[in-house]
Amino acid sequence: MYSPQIVVEALLNGLMLGAIYALIALGLTLIYGVLHIVNFAHGALLTVAMFMVWLACAQYGMDPYLAILFVAPVMFALGYVLQRFIIGPASHGKDNGILLVTLGLSIIIENALLAAFQSDTRTITSDYSFRVVEIGPLLLSFPRVVGFGVTIATTLLLWLVLHQTDIGKAIRAVAKEKLGASLVGISVPHVYAMTFAIGCACLAVAAGLLMPSFYVSPKTGAAFVLVAFTIVVLGGMGSIPGALIGGLLIGVVEAASSLFLGDSLGQIGIFLIFIVTLLVRPTGLFGARA
Amino acid sequence: MTRPRLATLAIIVVALGVIAFALSGALLNLMIFMMIIALAAQGWNILGGYAGLSSFGHAAFFGAGAYAMAVLQTRFGVNAWVALVIGIALGALVGAFIGFLSFRSGLKGSYFALITLAFAEVARIVANSTNFTGGAAGILLKLQNGLPYLQFADRRYFLLIALGFVAIGLVVSWWLEHSRFGAYLVALRENEQAAQALGVDVFAVKMKAIAISGALTAAAGCLYAQNYLFIDANVAFGSWISIEALFAAIVGGSGTVLGPLIGAIVLLGLGELTKGLSHGIPGMDLMVFGVILVLSVAFSPNGLVMLMKSLGLRAPAKEREA
Repeated sequence: MYSPQIVVEALLNGLMLGAIYALIALGLTLIYGVLHIVNFAHGALLTVAMFMVWLACAQYGMDPYLAILFVAPVMFALGYVLQRFIIGPASHGKDNGILLVTLGLSIIIENALLAAFQSDTRTITSDYSFRVVEIGPLLLSFPRVVGFGVTIATTLLLWLVLHQTDIGKAIRAVAKEKLGASLVGISVPHVYAMTFAIGCACLAVAAGLLMPSFYVSPKTGAAFVLVAFTIVVLGGMGSIPGALIGGLLIGVVEAASSLFLGDSLGQIGIFLIFIVTLLVRPTGLFGARA
Repeated sequence: MTRPRLATLAIIVVALGVIAFALSGALLNLMIFMMIIALAAQGWNILGGYAGLSSFGHAAFFGAGAYAMAVLQTRFGVNAWVALVIGIALGALVGAFIGFLSFRSGLKGSYFALITLAFAEVARIVANSTNFTGGAAGILLKLQNGLPYLQFADRRYFLLIALGFVAIGLVVSWWLEHSRFGAYLVALRENEQAAQALGVDVFAVKMKAIAISGALTAAAGCLYAQNYLFIDANVAFGSWISIEALFAAIVGGSGTVLGPLIGAIVLLGLGELTKGLSHGIPGMDLMVFGVILVLSVAFSPNGLVMLMKSLGLRAPAKEREA
């Protein structure tokens, strides 16, 4: 029914889209691993980053990949401020409070964007959008190949930051033993905010990688948020390799189910994986046993 | 805890009923909508407020009720009142199904919130792509006025019926605060292990709670379908209703009898006010909801009911003891 070439191309493109999913999930899982919170505003923050990239490209004619260098620091700062001055204080450190505050934030952000930009979908026209890469007989979309490469590089960079720098060591210390870390002089609120900021910077990278082949509207992030949660849960909450492998896996599953079930039912595959993982193995593939 | 007496609840319901008869036009429609959201929020409050299991997917129950109402009437010619009863039962059943799977695996906290969200999304996608549920086009209900059809030319009668359901919601919450079962719920919210150690059958208690919660929210879905005579997957199973039910309960005061009702009236009232003041800029009302949610978690974690109490607007002493 389907020629092998179509199937292989679809799966490879799925794999590479999965890499960008993984990048979104990376920030989410990092935040969960350190702060032990589910950041419900993650999708809305992705939308913010995508709008920034869109503004840079559509208004100032910037290259979408170059725009990452400008958007990432802004998102980093935004993430720091949000966690340090809003999410942290407002939630009183309670699990339920954080869940609700981030949910509230996501609704505020989504609707502020709606008020500012209306619900139109926006795209950027760049030379990359329709370029393809030929590998033997296979044709692969250029933005996705770039996305795959940059995701791998970003994951390695993140790993280096966490293992080689002082702030990385502090982050890992807080993740393991909050009280002990604060006793040796680490400022926990600062580390929390830095972690949140790094998670947001990852979103800026993902936004830059998505824009050449995707669109943005105020609701775009919401479409990614459940996918990102699925990846985080599948990979094991807090596990960075888990997020990477989970992301790639979900990308392939989505491509396969869209190919065989059609676009609207295709999404169900992801949710079913999500539900089954939560029910059968809530610690995920790589998560520590609870 | 502010524990209103049954008499107080009766006075509030009668007062709302009297107000209902003074209303017409847009205000009447707004009040009907407030009652539907209040009912959905009362359902949320049983599980999220009393049992401490925050759900992000109450749309699953709301949609079950709405679709039962619409499908049974349009496809099978079932009487509206019978469809209403079946819809409510279906809500309890869906609750039991989700509860059985989630509580067996011991899900709680953010995991429980996420899985309820996923169930609601699966329901939305299935309803959106199945012919039986009208697909993406949705279902249009036939307009037929009269008591047997649960539709009224004078919409004040529909408001009275919605108010009747809200009254049932109030009585259920009141009963929770005065029964052993309600005490079990609060016990497992505060400390599940301790409750279990003291002999509370945690699984059974949670199952009952999610079934009651699902039934109440499904009733809201039934009323919604019957009031607007149109539903589609994004309305019935959309995340908006999960969010509004949760918002109303939390802002009003989760785990209190009057919280969801007060929350729904305050939130939707402010929402309309914002819509009017912002001259229809899209999203402004929801933005205000978000701000109110964050502020209420930050400054009044126990909701408006408790805020009123701490500001001195307290009920007479004998009421608090009752």
